[in-house]
Amino acid sequence: MTHAPSRRELLLASGTLFAWSYVPRLARAEGRDPRFLTIVLRGALDGLATVAPVGDPDWVSLRGDNALTLEGKTPALKLDDFFALNPAMPNLARMFKANEAIIVHAAATSYRERSHFDGQDVLQSGVEKPGTTRTGWLNRLLVGLAPGDRVSPNGGRVFAVGPVTPLVVRGPAPMLAWSPRRIPPASDDTIARLLDLYRHTEVNFARVLEGRMKLAAIAPAGAMEQKPTGPVSGPVSGPTIPQLRAYFAEAVGTAAKFLAQPDGPRVGALALDGWDTHYNEGIATGWLAQLLGALDAALVAVQENMGPAWRETVVALVTEFGRTARINGTEGTDHGTGTVMLLAGGALNGGRVIADWPGLKPADLFENRDLKSTIDVRGVLKGLLKDHLRADDRLLAADVFPGSADVKPMAGLVASG
Amino acid sequence: MTAGKLEAALALHRFGFGPVAGSIAAIADDPRGALLADLERPGAGRVAAAHLPNSAQAARALFEFRAERGAKEKLAQRAKKAAEAEGMGSAAANAPNPDGEAQAPVPQAAQTQQNPPPELPVQLVQNEGKVRIEAAVAAEIGFVERLVWFWSNHFCVSTDKILSMAGAYEREAIRPHVLGRFVDMLTAVETHPAMLFYLDNGLSIGPNSIAGINRDKSLNENLAREILELHTLGVRTGYSQDDVTRFANVLTGWTWIAFNEPSHGGEFAFVKRMHEPGEQTVVGKAYPDTGMNQGRAVLADLAQQPATAAHIAYKFARHFVADQPPPPLVDKLTKSFTDSDGNLKELAKTLIAAEESWTLERTKLKRPAEWIVSALRLSGAQWAIGRVLGSHGLLGEPLWRPPGPNGFADDESAWIDGLSQRVDIADDFASRAAERLDPVALVEAGLGPLASADTRNTVARAQTRGQALVLLLMAPEFLRR
Repeated sequence: MTHAPSRRELLLASGTLFAWSYVPRLARAEGRDPRFLTIVLRGALDGLATVAPVGDPDWVSLRGDNALTLEGKTPALKLDDFFALNPAMPNLARMFKANEAIIVHAAATSYRERSHFDGQDVLQSGVEKPGTTRTGWLNRLLVGLAPGDRVSPNGGRVFAVGPVTPLVVRGPAPMLAWSPRRIPPASDDTIARLLDLYRHTEVNFARVLEGRMKLAAIAPAGAMEQKPTGPVSGPVSGPTIPQLRAYFAEAVGTAAKFLAQPDGPRVGALALDGWDTHYNEGIATGWLAQLLGALDAALVAVQENMGPAWRETVVALVTEFGRTARINGTEGTDHGTGTVMLLAGGALNGGRVIADWPGLKPADLFENRDLKSTIDVRGVLKGLLKDHLRADDRLLAADVFPGSADVKPMAGLVASG
Repeated sequence: MTAGKLEAALALHRFGFGPVAGSIAAIADDPRGALLADLERPGAGRVAAAHLPNSAQAARALFEFRAERGAKEKLAQRAKKAAEAEGMGSAAANAPNPDGEAQAPVPQAAQTQQNPPPELPVQLVQNEGKVRIEAAVAAEIGFVERLVWFWSNHFCVSTDKILSMAGAYEREAIRPHVLGRFVDMLTAVETHPAMLFYLDNGLSIGPNSIAGINRDKSLNENLAREILELHTLGVRTGYSQDDVTRFANVLTGWTWIAFNEPSHGGEFAFVKRMHEPGEQTVVGKAYPDTGMNQGRAVLADLAQQPATAAHIAYKFARHFVADQPPPPLVDKLTKSFTDSDGNLKELAKTLIAAEESWTLERTKLKRPAEWIVSALRLSGAQWAIGRVLGSHGLLGEPLWRPPGPNGFADDESAWIDGLSQRVDIADDFASRAAERLDPVALVEAGLGPLASADTRNTVARAQTRGQALVLLLMAPEFLRR
């Protein structure tokens, strides 16, 4: 067995951004103009490889050579006396030091099985039972938030990167979809004729094309230009690392450009794939490190592209569940439970790792295999939505995360909150 | 005849790849009979691919290609280093040719060639893709090809991980069984190196096997979990984490011969040294250790589980008929699957015989690749595989490259926002294809009695032939089936 397969399990076209062009009314009444971006990391991020509990006495024996530590060739980046960040993320560490990032550890949704697709369904729908709803929590939030002034006469819409829409943004609130442009666009006249054709019988088709026209009106510089790579040969395989970094930065950075526009959208989301590291995980220098590095660079793109609006920004990175605490038989990790949430943005009351650490002894692990979850992802999200966007408790418990009345919004995450 | 034409148009769009000129009329006498006849065609599901390498050959070729490229890169790096050490300005210009030949000037003909032949990885996917698209475009109706696409997506692998084998896998594991027995397709799939590679089983080692003890290695449970969750029983059907782990034990030793082995690299192998010894209990039944047959026995039983029948029936109905398929249709398909012991031709026949398959409104949004093929068929236009596969990617359905082992989504909510990209793809296609076409005649050929007055008028009033073709391809009746 000398083969050395490369890991390229990821699909670039699935990154999706959507956004809403109203400022939440209560926030605006306070003179604030908050931006909120959610990034869904599909595939189950290894939380222990992203933020390592280097202060836990059982850590090194648990992961052996794969345990990140503060020593060695690629030392982890110290966050506090207990936790250290993957060395591939120096910019997130910088934001953390500047009190502009928060790590929430040993967190999970209410889902306790190990199916990616059910796990993603629960994470993105915000509903406890998988497969029971076709709308996402972020979309339902927008429906329920009292809209203040439109930031744009072309607003009132949500927005998506890539042709495939992830669940978190699906729902009744209308959407704008943005894709990197690779071929020349059809003429406005053709679009207008199709709109006429759809208007009476295919309202949802019409909404897509209306969104397309409105998107152009609020697009930041460069977002609608055609990129030089044509479709002639077409993508046939996974991206190289430079392509991956370029794509993450383009997708996430463009989201930030839209959100930074004075008349642009205020709430957005996109999904990034590739985190399902069953085999040759590459925690310190390999595949996972490359992915985390690309993510780290994408966060820099957000900060830079937001400009002054960074002060009013929160980016929340979430994943469906974690991975096994121990390394499996193929230098990777299988599906698990507790993991990390990464929060970044100038609006945060940051510089903290928030955890109710469950421990790593066999008896501490969930089913003697996974990091136990001691924090509900919904509580963190509710805290952000409440303090940053001024969503009220009832809306959050009834519509956004139904059945979560017992999960209190986590207080104090936002600096001005 | 009009009623016949209406059902013929429905048959072509819903169960086939859409009409070509004349095909609505050709099957209008008996649309259902025409679909059943498609199942009985000699060689149905097979494609002529003698010119293509099998999956093991392709894996070995790609291994060699990458090894050579790696060596070339290394030589170039060495040359660059040597040049830098000598303090020379432009190292690249003086790098020796890694093939050991003097660098000749590029011949004029090669310089003016617009598209140099693609490298091996792209070639492999394009050659396999061409066979697939040709089969779909050339089919009279395309029902069997649609079945191939359905099963290929159900049992998907990805070029992201196993590029060399992705196309050959479909020919080797899916096509031979598409009208055969489910258990045979299941066994062919789970013993195919492409799937074992895709879901990480090749190095999964039984902790108490010889290799496990010697190397202190253990399981990778990815394949076991996805067989239960995606390929057979379906999620939330009662199996436990313990079932996943036990089943992973059963599957240890299912691997392939290393790609660098010159004559058999890339072929399936059962390696007893890696196989976990002893009995394993999976979904309530104990399986003695019979080596590889232990896994075959589990697969055979999974194929017969009622949950598997229900899971397959639901996906089948959802794919062909409606995002939320009517329960009576799902029930009929479940019963057919169960009664016929997973006979997939019977399942297809049951679909055609069911009244729900014909009476429900045309609400399914064609998936991008299906829509592309239906446009190629209707227009009869020449096509180039690179551009066709590029369009697959731009629309979010890159060939053999789904976002995860659950395959591409099969409902409208995933695809509707991509309609904006479809307009641009249609426009790009029409700009090259429309001049020799008569779009108004194509409305009749492609939609016949399905075409609304609005659609007919919209196409007829277009400014140019190109625009007319875009409007036809983007008409609701052409997007839906």
